[in-house]
Amino acid sequence: MSPGILGKKIGMTQVFRPDGQVVPVTLLKVGPCVVVQRKTPSIDGYDAVQLGLMEYVKPMRINKPSTGHLKRAGVEGVRYKSELRLRPGDDDLKMGDRVLVGEFKPRDKVDVIGVSKGRGFTGLVKRHHFRGGPATHGSMFHRAPGSIGASSYPSRVFPGTRMAGHTGTQRVTIRNLEVVQVDEQDNMLMVKGAVPGPNGGYVLVRRAKR
Amino acid sequence: MTSALLEKSTQNLLKKNLPDFRPGDTIRVHVRIREGEKERLQAFEGTMIARNNKGVSETITVRKMSFGHGVERIFPVHAPVIDRIEIVRTGKVRRAKLYYLRGLRGKAARLRERPEKGSQARAS
Repeated sequence: MSPGILGKKIGMTQVFRPDGQVVPVTLLKVGPCVVVQRKTPSIDGYDAVQLGLMEYVKPMRINKPSTGHLKRAGVEGVRYKSELRLRPGDDDLKMGDRVLVGEFKPRDKVDVIGVSKGRGFTGLVKRHHFRGGPATHGSMFHRAPGSIGASSYPSRVFPGTRMAGHTGTQRVTIRNLEVVQVDEQDNMLMVKGAVPGPNGGYVLVRRAKR
Repeated sequence: MTSALLEKSTQNLLKKNLPDFRPGDTIRVHVRIREGEKERLQAFEGTMIARNNKGVSETITVRKMSFGHGVERIFPVHAPVIDRIEIVRTGKVRRAKLYYLRGLRGKAARLRERPEKGSQARAS
């Protein structure tokens, strides 16, 4: 049993439960993945598997060291590699093994890790949910940060003060999402709720840690 | 490509025997209601004034006058709680969303019936 699998976010939709309840779901195309490297305590100092998502990649896009690395696992190209720690007890993966959606079944809990959508340089209202001021009635204070450090005391800006800046494109983990449906034919996984990143973004689906 | 996968995953949830109802039609929506252990059907009859979204998330807005007050209900068309939908009367309208009906009442809110096309007999 693999500790996780790699995939791609397809988009959101909704499904109905037998009792008529509507469930918002995200569709993920996961796997097939291949174990590219098996890290062991004796050689690497820790137990882990390196997974690669099997997707066609132009051979010229892979550099020579990577090509050799992949060759040892018996694959030509993989898109999005990621390493997953193995916990004692789930050790049955060897180099070149395939990881498929079939490992998951409905009602399993998973953590989904992705890179959130980039928002660019944003102001405080969007970035830190500051309230901003009134739009009208001559307030002259709309979306500005306000005071960040008064003149006599403290007469400086405290480190870590929330300010405007680049937002998004961060690694985000959403924990304990429920698997709703598994389609082994199309390698599709349906999880309840939203998942970080844009449609088409790569995600890591991991068995829930707790 | 992505949307094709999305559509495919929800294909089996779509209702296939839906009549061809359009905005302006007077329709009767039968909703399954659970009362404790028993289940019964409740009908809501009114003018369909909007149809939103595509695929499984499709919804329709139905408006009726109830004791002098306008009542609107939004139904998810493909939800299992919707038992069936019947067309009571067709209506000829020239736009997709009939929100203007909200401002009209009585005689002004009437719609003319849509003439049935000979070759395209509508299943109801």
